[in-house]
Amino acid sequence: MAIAPVHEWTLLEAARRVREGEVSSRELTEALLARIAALNPKINAYLTVLPERAMAQAAACDEERSRGTIRGALHGVPVGLKDIFCTRGVRTTCGSRILHNFDPPYDATVTSMVLSAGAVLLGKHNMDEFAMGSSTETSHFGVTRNPWDLSRIPGGSSGGTAAAVAAAMCFGGIGTDTGGSIRQPASLCGVVGVKPTYGRVSRYGMIAFASSLDQGGPITRSVADAALLLSVIAGYDRRDSTSVDVPVPDYLAAAGARVNGLRVGLPREYFEGGGLDPAVKASVERALKALTDQGATAVEVSLPHTSYALSTYYLVAPAEASSNLARYDGVRYGHRAEGSAGLIEMMSRTRAEGFGAEVKRRIMIGTYALSAGYYEAFYGKAQKVRTLIREDFGKAFGQVDVLLTPTAPTPAFRLGEKTDDPLTMYLSDIYTIPCNLAGIPGLSVPCGLSAEGLPVGAQLLANHFREETLFTAAGAIERAIPLPRVAPITG
Amino acid sequence: MEFEAVIGLEVHAQLATESKIFCGCSTAFGASPNENTCPVCTGMPGVLPVLNRKAVEYAIRTALATSCTVQRRSVFARKNYFYPDLPKAYQISQYELPLAIGGHVDIELDGGTKRIGITRIHMEEDAGKLVHEGEFAGAQASLADLNRCSVPLMEIVSEPDMRTPEEGGAYLRRLRDILVYLEVCDGNMEEGSFRCDANVSVRPVGQAAFGTKAELKNMNSFRNVEKALEYEIRRQIEVIEDGGKVVQETRLWDANAGVTLSMRRKEEAHDYRYFPDPDLLPLIVPDEWVKELRGTIPELPAEKVARLTGRYGITKYDAGILASARALADFFEASVALYVGNPKTTANECIHWKDAILGGKLSPETIAHAVEDRESGAISATASKKLVELVLETGKPIRQLRDEQGLTQVSDAAALNAVVDRVIAASPKEVESYRSGKTGLLSFFVGQVMKESRGKANPKVVQEVLKKKLG
Repeated sequence: MAIAPVHEWTLLEAARRVREGEVSSRELTEALLARIAALNPKINAYLTVLPERAMAQAAACDEERSRGTIRGALHGVPVGLKDIFCTRGVRTTCGSRILHNFDPPYDATVTSMVLSAGAVLLGKHNMDEFAMGSSTETSHFGVTRNPWDLSRIPGGSSGGTAAAVAAAMCFGGIGTDTGGSIRQPASLCGVVGVKPTYGRVSRYGMIAFASSLDQGGPITRSVADAALLLSVIAGYDRRDSTSVDVPVPDYLAAAGARVNGLRVGLPREYFEGGGLDPAVKASVERALKALTDQGATAVEVSLPHTSYALSTYYLVAPAEASSNLARYDGVRYGHRAEGSAGLIEMMSRTRAEGFGAEVKRRIMIGTYALSAGYYEAFYGKAQKVRTLIREDFGKAFGQVDVLLTPTAPTPAFRLGEKTDDPLTMYLSDIYTIPCNLAGIPGLSVPCGLSAEGLPVGAQLLANHFREETLFTAAGAIERAIPLPRVAPITG
Repeated sequence: MEFEAVIGLEVHAQLATESKIFCGCSTAFGASPNENTCPVCTGMPGVLPVLNRKAVEYAIRTALATSCTVQRRSVFARKNYFYPDLPKAYQISQYELPLAIGGHVDIELDGGTKRIGITRIHMEEDAGKLVHEGEFAGAQASLADLNRCSVPLMEIVSEPDMRTPEEGGAYLRRLRDILVYLEVCDGNMEEGSFRCDANVSVRPVGQAAFGTKAELKNMNSFRNVEKALEYEIRRQIEVIEDGGKVVQETRLWDANAGVTLSMRRKEEAHDYRYFPDPDLLPLIVPDEWVKELRGTIPELPAEKVARLTGRYGITKYDAGILASARALADFFEASVALYVGNPKTTANECIHWKDAILGGKLSPETIAHAVEDRESGAISATASKKLVELVLETGKPIRQLRDEQGLTQVSDAAALNAVVDRVIAASPKEVESYRSGKTGLLSFFVGQVMKESRGKANPKVVQEVLKKKLG
């Protein structure tokens, strides 16, 4: 059997081959830099590529390995980070003009963990501005295209990461997920994406969108790769008060475990209503069959407050964002409007010029929701509904081990198709949002292709800190439904 | 019509921790601009606050010392507003659920004591400051110094229980004494580690409802607080007497002009859009921690005054001065422990040498030996004072100095006989006048003997010998 081209290897394969000396980190890094040079002009998955830095890191890894030193699980393996993770000395934009010139003087905890595991940083991935969007179209630096069909969006907000992974421009990447921003683009790009339990991965140095919902997580081309990458970045961080000190189990072993006896819940509310594309529904049913064929049992469950999730999310997330994004005032770093007569004008113009329309829309919504006289009716009420949504999941996980749902209602849509209609755009995240509100972990795994040959993902949800259950179920689906791992760059 | 004032005070006290409330930066005063900053306290993207345990401990100790109830669960909120000295554009502050509620302190007034209620104590972070280049009006640039950002503060809010500026002043001094005693705040008003805002209104005597209040800011000494309150009370009464209405507003005290000036009206007030900070979990204070900290509360000023007067028989006035600084009262007690004698003498010495004692320049041994030697008649009061001054100059033990300087008194009557005889022999006129009834001349003879003995004679003994010989 012919060996696949270097860039198509899984992250696990690449890591093993570097470790065992079958390939050098420099060879891997060169191959991927060449791939990026060829494809990024078409796809625009990378906002920043770091050829010199990456080659220097690769050389250091090779040199260390020759002395018998292996830094960690990712020794010499090239990866990318969503441009929301601060990287010391490397521009970090969050997809926004307001941070177009921001060089952080510190690394995010996720950045340090990936680097200390030995990874080579290829560059920073495009994203919706401040992670607000479902298509990567709100990026100040231009849209990212879906490598399965360049006329379509890759999903968002971690669209750059999902596209880079799908197009084999890196072996894996770390994205962030506030309402589906890892899982939805993973689904639309035919890759695996994990939103860990809130508190599982440190948020320190990860630029905040909605603090009570944001989580970083891996995007990869295989379930085992995601398991490995999550085990690298998971863990308690004393710099993040909301991170939780719970031991990190062996995710990799879980990814290969059997699903015999696993109770799979199908939340009725996720399959009702007109928005679900028949091709998506059929693919998710195929995923269910894959699980039951391997000994899992299917149970219908109910999450009665599901229909309130979207409106709850669109109060909680913008409210937090309106406060989180207030610091971008032109005073200390980032964009500053020129030629202002005074302080207030400088701040107003900086923000008017620096933020795009979607970010402004959400700041306005959030500011309104927190205003005196409206707080209880909006933010206060949303927090109460959030509790009900969390309780729904608690009850469901009394009956089942894992929930199976569609990740996104449709396969990838066309560029510009929904940009004029924010509400329709928001509906892209209808299946992924409740998971963030409840703080539970979720995963999207490829489970089929639409009639047009576009990837479709199935979402798996588990109880708090039960990521290993997600990996077990996703591994079973992956083994039963063989699909191309690397996108055929078309369109 | 007679009016009375209703005063409530809000004190912002800087907690005397080494590091800031949400990051590890130093809180030291006087560093060069922006030296004590890091990505967290300058609000860089993606950074997160982590609560300083010591700051919580200090605030809990304050709550316990003011008889507040420490709440098991309190919540940090974000107070949102734009200003260049506020890097995150929100201040993290406890809002709806403060750390502690419902306490009091007792203040001393001429007519006895009065209890002032404490509504709440909550924790928050300080903001930075702006430095304007050139005159404010024509400033070419404003520079932000973020050293103070995230310095830990606690806000102590009183009930509107005070009726006069003097009561306000007494409350502030008592509160500051407590914080300094607890060593949770250095109490320095000039450096801003103890700041006060006042809510003031007036109402006709006998009326139960409060009048419209004004909030006073920018008072940087106890005296200024009292003066500002006096001014504002008078102003509000005049407004009403002139048929006007007091408006709810924030007013700044102008210490130079001695007036309060309107800063902003209620309708100009900000909407701070408070909401719980999602970056910080609710603060849970377990009962065991409160119990443990309760054991660390020292004797507080009021208790100390009562104990010092009862135990040592000193006056309330003296005890009050001694208790005004924990170190001074401790020094007094250490001195008395070395030599009991009459504690009033020791108290007077401690009060006389207060600054040197608090400056760490005297030891209890020095004062104890000085008092002991005086009471035994070994040295005179004048010599005692001189010797303590020499201790301060040379650092030598007081008794060594006493012997070196030959300042021991001669109290032996026999030893003084010769000198007394010499003086009597040298002043026949005065002797005659004395014997003919001018007994006031005794002090003349004492003076002569003191002079002859070069100050070493014990004046009391000299008097006795003289009386015998002249009489």
